[in-house]
Amino acid sequence: MSSDVRFTDFKSDKQPTWCPGCGDFGTMNGMMKALAETGNDPDNTFVVAGIGCSGKIGTYMHSYALHGVHGRALPVGTGVKMARPDIEVMVAGGDGDGYSIGAGHFVHAVRRNVDMTYVVMDNRIYGLTKGQASPTSREDFETATTPEGPKQPPVNPHALALASGATFIAQSFSSDALRHQEIIQEAVEHDGFGFVNVYSPCVTFNDVDTYDYFRDSLVDLAEEDHDPSDYDAAKDVILDSDKEYQGVIYRDEESVPYHEQHGVDEDMSDIPDGAPENATDLVREFY
Amino acid sequence: MAADFNWAVGGEAGDGIDSTGKIFAQALSRSGRHVFTSKDFASRIRGGYTAYKVRTSVDKVQSVVDRLDVLIALTPRTIEENLEELHEGSVIIYDGERTTMQNVEIPEGMIGIDVPLKRLAEEAGGAIMRNVVALGAACEVAEFPIENLDSALEKRFGDKGQKLVDNNKEAARAGRSYVAEEYDAEFEYDLETTDEDYVLLNGDEAIGMGAIAAGCRFYSGYPITPATDVMTYLTGRLERYGGHVVQAEDELSAINMALGAARGGARAMTATSGPGIDLMTETFGLVATSETPLVICNVMRSGPSTGMPTKQEQGDLNHMLYGGHGEVPRFVLAPTTVDECFWKTVEAFNLAEKYQLPVYLTADLSMAVTEQTFSPDTFDMDAVEVDRGFVVDDASVDEHLSESGGFKPHELTEDGISPRAFPGTVDGAHMSTGLEHDEQGRRTEDTEMRVEQVDKRNRKVETATDREEWSPREFGDEDAENLVITWGSNEGALAEALDLLEEDGIGIRVLSVPYVFPRPDLSDAIEAAEETIVVECNETGQFANLIERDALVRVDRINKYDGVRFKADELAREIKATLETGTEATQ
Repeated sequence: MSSDVRFTDFKSDKQPTWCPGCGDFGTMNGMMKALAETGNDPDNTFVVAGIGCSGKIGTYMHSYALHGVHGRALPVGTGVKMARPDIEVMVAGGDGDGYSIGAGHFVHAVRRNVDMTYVVMDNRIYGLTKGQASPTSREDFETATTPEGPKQPPVNPHALALASGATFIAQSFSSDALRHQEIIQEAVEHDGFGFVNVYSPCVTFNDVDTYDYFRDSLVDLAEEDHDPSDYDAAKDVILDSDKEYQGVIYRDEESVPYHEQHGVDEDMSDIPDGAPENATDLVREFY
Repeated sequence: MAADFNWAVGGEAGDGIDSTGKIFAQALSRSGRHVFTSKDFASRIRGGYTAYKVRTSVDKVQSVVDRLDVLIALTPRTIEENLEELHEGSVIIYDGERTTMQNVEIPEGMIGIDVPLKRLAEEAGGAIMRNVVALGAACEVAEFPIENLDSALEKRFGDKGQKLVDNNKEAARAGRSYVAEEYDAEFEYDLETTDEDYVLLNGDEAIGMGAIAAGCRFYSGYPITPATDVMTYLTGRLERYGGHVVQAEDELSAINMALGAARGGARAMTATSGPGIDLMTETFGLVATSETPLVICNVMRSGPSTGMPTKQEQGDLNHMLYGGHGEVPRFVLAPTTVDECFWKTVEAFNLAEKYQLPVYLTADLSMAVTEQTFSPDTFDMDAVEVDRGFVVDDASVDEHLSESGGFKPHELTEDGISPRAFPGTVDGAHMSTGLEHDEQGRRTEDTEMRVEQVDKRNRKVETATDREEWSPREFGDEDAENLVITWGSNEGALAEALDLLEEDGIGIRVLSVPYVFPRPDLSDAIEAAEETIVVECNETGQFANLIERDALVRVDRINKYDGVRFKADELAREIKATLETGTEATQ
């Protein structure tokens, strides 16, 4: 890990194919800056992503990376972190990828408290399949597959996280570059599962949850009298459906990450030739 | 097979059948006798019929047979279920004071031994020990020294205190004394002991042990019969060797976690059974396309769908060979014996890393739950070799960078095998993806590169096929005109069936094939044979179809898909009948 790492070192030579103006540009920039700022470099970082517009992020970033299958990035990140506690793991997902097909994995990754940063690029729509309702779409949001709106309430990812025992819950807005970077940075520095839902507007298919909408409605918790270590206060913020927030909503200061709870601290890639020294004990157990 | 002794304990699930059988099997193996166990169990926690059978001999035993000498029957149904295997002179031990057993009729010609199991157990310290009383009774019948039960009882109950161990020893002796006093008979059995030193384990345990020996560091799985024992075995043990076991939320997660650990550079494995393989198939393609070394263990059970979860079948071969969309190379290893489960697991890790692809390691239910005795040096840890394949480090990574400085994890090479860089390797950072990609792992739809990458991945199979090691195991009469080919756990029954056929003057050459893909070319052997029969536990003859396609000939088949493994004597009859009539599939 070198001290002169710049965030541009995390950029790959592939030009993003996201639509011009897509919120994902800002989301990714904040992630790269946060990684550089927290002392990481591409060779000690592993980025995992699923499928969709968010899934492309591993291609545009330069690091060890895996572009996985739909909704299953979190288990991959868990495997990487367990094998390599020495490696910084960042997982990216979308609102469809993370809260629909991957909802089951989300709950369990949260409750395991694996030490990684989970960034969900939430644009409240399916972009890459060209504009269908997502789990975070509004109840009356009209799309090709929901002409009268989904007619079901959106998933509240923060409530899901809190109920699953999350130790770090935050929300940011990709256009508010500095705050977004700060919040991701706090998630990276958190010892445990750092969950950040990022409002990352889709300029092509979502004309409701726009830059202007978020800019106008966002309340920054840093400017409110909010104490992230206060569970009840966090609960109130999360269950308040009238406002859009950014900032760190909840942080458990006592958080112990999964690998530490389980005493995993070795680099598992180091495997000597031949069976382990005391492996004959394994045979004697069957006597 | 005069020295053979076949014993069973049967009752309802929840009656402690498993532990009773295990104690007896361990006592036998610790007395220098060979043991082969089998289980009948239903998919329920309590109730239903369940049995644990032990076949033992001073000689090697590797199959079950249609014969039962001593049966401990805790329920009337136990007798009904085993009627066909019981014979004149068979001994049935039961507790006539048990409500359900009061009116039980011992079939004609058999010897009923009525032992007040519960009452004697209570006198020794608790009704729960009634099965141990029965074990003591069985020891008397079989002339097996009761002292030889002691160490097995200590192993089983030692953790719970000396008092419990002593009570159990007393319970066993009470059973023995009761039979000696009330049934002053000479039975025809005499279980002699030897000085041999055996270990007793089943296929799932052998797979788990092989994984640790091979340096597996990460295991993730989801409970499913009959693969769960692999996870149970590894839990707590893998940690002793610097690894970790995660019980995932589902099979999709399990394989993705294992994939992540493998990308991190660890040797990783997951194990499941058919329905779990279905769920894992999505990620299987990613594993293969991203050229990630991964061992996926499939302990087969009866399908399709939920099928018969606790019954034997070898029905997943096609899925393992062809499952998934698109085309990707994978290896399929199918150990044919319990001890081979150990060695093939070690090999699976080496092959996965050497060729950078997913390796299916498949056992079937019969092998997975069957315990067998082996000499400890069958599992010679000094003979375990670890081949991590083509891995670069900080010093050698430079040789595999593109002109622009990017590492090439999918470098086009002659043998199809590209360099691997573990996270942390300086300048080795790279992308892995399920998308078609260039040498650097970056997405491409370039037609030329697509073809080159597909060819590169497939070249690994050609490279691997050149190995000599893909040969089948051969036994029987090598000059015989009749050839029998099999895969999976049928080998043991076949080996013993040969002895029976020999008594009828029928010579057989057998090829047992532990490598399904890449697989040995059996064409010459089939051509040289007058008649070829493929034996397997499925209806459509999945392996037979492969053989036919390879050799461009028709073969005869013996297929069994009733959920029960082949028995040696049954298989001998089937082979004889097939040779006489050249019949098609039987069932």
